Amino acid sequence: MAVKILYFAWVRERVGKTEEVVEPPAEVTTIADLVAWLKGRGEEYAYAFENETVIRAAMDQLHVHRDAVITGAGEIAFFPPMTGG
Amino acid sequence: MDERIAETIAETVPAIVPIVRIQAEPFDAAAEASALVRGRTDVGAVVTFTGLCRDEGGRLAALELEHYPGMAQAEIARVAGEAARRFPLQGLVAIHRYGVIRPGEEIVLVVAVSPHRRAAFEAADFMMDWLKTKAPFWKREHPLGEAETGGWVSSKAEDERAADRWVR
Repeated sequence: MAVKILYFAWVRERVGKTEEVVEPPAEVTTIADLVAWLKGRGEEYAYAFENETVIRAAMDQLHVHRDAVITGAGEIAFFPPMTGG
Repeated sequence: MDERIAETIAETVPAIVPIVRIQAEPFDAAAEASALVRGRTDVGAVVTFTGLCRDEGGRLAALELEHYPGMAQAEIARVAGEAARRFPLQGLVAIHRYGVIRPGEEIVLVVAVSPHRRAAFEAADFMMDWLKTKAPFWKREHPLGEAETGGWVSSKAEDERAADRWVR
């Protein structure tokens, strides 16, 4: 399943790209699975997600928890805790 | 305000459609507030909150705000919709800027309009607490006198606690 991934703020800087389309294997079914799979793709991902419980995720522009099922998602985003306002 | 009283009042005030804008340009807080009440005679309270960029004791040249286009609009609209459900509002505007913002310039605006002052105060307070922890914006510092961009602003535990005050 191809899915678009977006990165923001220091997660974007560490990964070194703003977005990409990836095709994780079928056993990657949750946000936590996706993070674990991304971390295996290279040291920039391992660095970005080194403290992975800090990283927030959104699926199709809605905040989700790490155990959210990603099947059918069109767009998944990873970013640090928000500091707007 | 007691939740049951607020909800009883909310049932008597027609539902509003909040106005949410995400923009790079400055805004005029007074103009936004007066646009909400112009021509009305049923409004009792207007609370306008404007968040400004500080210079942090002369240390900062600017803040740069990154955002998640699309989701920033959608998430603030969700928070505004929740505010409209919780409080008896006659109008609600939320504007959040992105890009480079210098000390003294405005970053965020919330205007809450209600027949009653308590609802207007609480709606604006609620909006800011939830917006800070839910709206996808990230601040980075540009220190004065340095060519290089500074670090990302860290999230604060007190902001999470402030947001949790409204969980029910």
